[in-house]
Amino acid sequence: MAEPLKEARVVVREDECKGCGLCIAACPEEVLFEQKHLNRMGYHPAGYKGSGCSGCGYCFYQCPEPGAITVYKKGYVEEEAA
Amino acid sequence: MANALIKADSFYELYERKSGIQDVTHYCPGCGHGVLHKLIAEAIDDFGIRERTILISPVGCSVFAYYYFRVGNIQAAHGRAPAVSTGIKRVHPESIVISYQGDGDLAAIGGNHIIQAANRGENITVFFVNNAIYGMTGGQMAPTTLAGQKTTTSPYGRNVNSEGYPLKVCELLSSLEAPVYIERVALTDPKNTTKVRRAVRKALQNQIDNKGFSLVEVLSVCPSNWKMTPVQSKQWLVDNMIPQFPLGVFRDKTAEIPNRETIRNTFDQSGVREKLEIPANEKQVQYSLQPKMDFANPKLVIAGFGGQGVLILGLGIAQAAMQAGYNVSWLPSYGPEMRGGTANCNVNISRERVGSPLVTKPTVLIAMNLPSLEKFDSKVEANGLIIYDTSLINKQPTRQDVHVLGIPATQMADELGNTRIANMVILGAFIAYTAVLNKEVVFDALPNFIKRKNLLPLNESAIIRGMEYVLNKVTN
Amino acid sequence: MAKQLIKGNEAIVKGAILAGCRFYFGYPITPASEIAEAAAFYLPVVGGTFIQAESESAAINMLYGAASGGVRAMTASSSPGMSLKQEGISYAAGSELPMVIVDVMRGGPGLGNIAPAQADYNQMVKGGGHGGYKMVVLAPNSAQEMCDLTMLAFDVADKYRNPAVILADGFVGQMMEPVEFPEPVMELPKKEWAIQADAQDEFRLVSSIDLEPEELEKHNVHLQQKYAAMEANHVMFEDYQTEDAELVVIGYGVVSRILHSVVDELRGKGVKIGLMRPISLWPFPKNHIIELAARIKRFFVVELSDGQMVDDVRLAVNGKIPVQFYGRYGGVVPSPDEIIAQIMKKNEA
Ligand SMILES: Cc1ncc(C[n+]2csc(CCOP(=O)(O)OP(=O)(O)O)c2C)c(N)n1
Ligand code: SF4
Ligand SMILES: [Mg+2]
Repeated sequence: MAEPLKEARVVVREDECKGCGLCIAACPEEVLFEQKHLNRMGYHPAGYKGSGCSGCGYCFYQCPEPGAITVYKKGYVEEEAA
Repeated sequence: MANALIKADSFYELYERKSGIQDVTHYCPGCGHGVLHKLIAEAIDDFGIRERTILISPVGCSVFAYYYFRVGNIQAAHGRAPAVSTGIKRVHPESIVISYQGDGDLAAIGGNHIIQAANRGENITVFFVNNAIYGMTGGQMAPTTLAGQKTTTSPYGRNVNSEGYPLKVCELLSSLEAPVYIERVALTDPKNTTKVRRAVRKALQNQIDNKGFSLVEVLSVCPSNWKMTPVQSKQWLVDNMIPQFPLGVFRDKTAEIPNRETIRNTFDQSGVREKLEIPANEKQVQYSLQPKMDFANPKLVIAGFGGQGVLILGLGIAQAAMQAGYNVSWLPSYGPEMRGGTANCNVNISRERVGSPLVTKPTVLIAMNLPSLEKFDSKVEANGLIIYDTSLINKQPTRQDVHVLGIPATQMADELGNTRIANMVILGAFIAYTAVLNKEVVFDALPNFIKRKNLLPLNESAIIRGMEYVLNKVTN
Repeated sequence: MAKQLIKGNEAIVKGAILAGCRFYFGYPITPASEIAEAAAFYLPVVGGTFIQAESESAAINMLYGAASGGVRAMTASSSPGMSLKQEGISYAAGSELPMVIVDVMRGGPGLGNIAPAQADYNQMVKGGGHGGYKMVVLAPNSAQEMCDLTMLAFDVADKYRNPAVILADGFVGQMMEPVEFPEPVMELPKKEWAIQADAQDEFRLVSSIDLEPEELEKHNVHLQQKYAAMEANHVMFEDYQTEDAELVVIGYGVVSRILHSVVDELRGKGVKIGLMRPISLWPFPKNHIIELAARIKRFFVVELSDGQMVDDVRLAVNGKIPVQFYGRYGGVVPSPDEIIAQIMKKNEA
């Protein structure tokens, strides 16, 4: 059994991102940013700065793509996702 | 409380019905549809109703909502989703039916359907995406387009003097009695989005509890057709749409309406014949009938004023003839013609198969008023029979080549205490004169066409009087 | 079995319920209203549902929803209402939904009148909505057939997952005749494809849209194969005195009843005349017409319209023998004498 997460974490699935920027605008911690490269659909996908996510989920509920953003809150245990 | 925000289980893992890339939606970047989809899917997950949820996809950008929701899916014609929802919900009351519609779909082409479904209090949940535009067809004016807003079909801005004002669906529907819950929310900042999330859940919970009709209007961005970035769109929505479409709850009877049980439909054919009032199989009674020569297979026209019971008279003759083993048909004049005050019917009685139900050359005319006698007198076949009510018709039939039987039927009925049974006096006269039927079969048939049983004796007396009149006349 | 003297319109409802129909969606219109009224009366008694829809368009879409749910369901209307239903019928054909649709035709065009007519032939038989779809269209000519063909229509609809139509006219709907009602259908066919609010629903979809031309063409090919099977299996007609006929009159619905009288009368005068009555208008009994054309001298078609079915007769006959036509419009129903006069006149011509 994996350890519970010590810090919240956001994962952007770049392939599914359409670069609308709504998550970036909504993030109160300003830890999301527009990446320079283009993804397979030709969009600049959002990216996570790697730390500072509070797990508020604002980005998740701004993002129109069902699978593009996942937010793991503090205390999340890996197996739950299975 | 879930410790992660993950793609809902109520979405298909892969959108296999979609062509091209199957792990992203077809929606434009930043589109509000996708966000609302997520809130709905999450609620379906959390309520544990996925297996019994049925989604009606509209015509609009969300026409392909069925690509994504892992539920029962029905795609409906433009604007008809509330009607389709009604149909499937009535069939499966245990299901959770979501009617998902855009503003063109719901408020323009489907305007009447949503009003009527709301007014019937259908136990469905409607999610109404108002983006003030026709998204799918490329940005034309919607009924919800704002005053002055430029679209491809209002290129100079919506002119309220010729195109009217943005249609306020929540306000309109909240004038109805039946809806349980109506709220307008907006997909803007996280705070408002939380309200959308709450409204989605409440609207679904109401249906789970069988409370009735719920509608959530969701103000939503269409960056592509508004020609703005997604971020600018949200600001535009806040600055321009919300003032025109105030957010809030317009109806909430959730607390006062009790939860109701779900009553499932069951299919049961037992006793169905009785329930349909189909007569039980009885032995065919044999009646000995010897119709007079000229009346072997009579074709009747029976005519008079509406209210004289000419249709019932024809029906009675047809019913008795059927019970006597003849083939029969009865054809009424119908519709507005009856409202004009005259009524007539055609009856065929035959040992052969009945051809035309329409009698154009009657062998028997029963005329209960003068216009009827005048209208049909010339049409009667030679050697036929004209029966007419001498208490109302003070003219003789002109024909010399037919049998003529005048009978003061209305007067005789009056003497029996009810003018309205003149028709039965005539029925008696008809059977006595022609012997096509006899008293036994007519009396047997009587309960099948006289619905009020307490009137049976009176009808029987009238028939007997009619018969006696003819028999006395013949013997005199 | 005991017979019941009953209106054609009412016989439809009893037949439908005996066939297992439990859902009716409709909007009142003369001369079809008795169907809605009888449905409203009897369906609640058998645990069914009647809804008076806000329009014919709503009715057909409610039916679309109900049929998606796998039950036997129906609607009925008359000509102007059928015009409104065409959109939904096209969707139902595209989505492959079984349902029964009854049209009790009246005079037109436009509001016309409520008298019997047959001017809906093209819109119902040829598929009045968009797209190349077909439906089995049955034309009863008696109250008994209103019942029997309605029951059959449910079977055909389910068998092929396709709408089926009863095309009647004001007289067949309004007249009363003795009907012997068959025994009820006790068990309905299983419909695995239907939306049932269960765990398998995620694999089910009722839809007529497909953006990919290649895919939509495949779907159309599938539909065409289905229609070919329907055409092979469901031709229905009735012949009367055609064995030695030199002249065959053709008519459906109430017209066939009038033509029956015409044949009796002319046979009495020694004319070698017979009647062919199409019962299925689609599939049209064209092979039978071809057979008849090989051994008779002429066809005489009568319709309560400008002549719509006659086109199908002419297509089948393909110029081999004369196909004459007599039609009345606007709700006028010709008498046997009138038709006889026309037959004689065209004989001299
Ligand atoms: C009968 C009919 N008329 C017109 C159309 C074309 N059409 C498709 S979508 C649409 C408008 C959809 O707008 P809306 O309901 O606002 O949905 P949105 O795309 O904005 O989400 C129209 C007019 C159609 N499919 N069917
Ligand atoms: S056109 Fe507008 S409503 Fe349609 S998907 Fe794009 S953004 Fe969304
Ligand atoms: Mg719109």
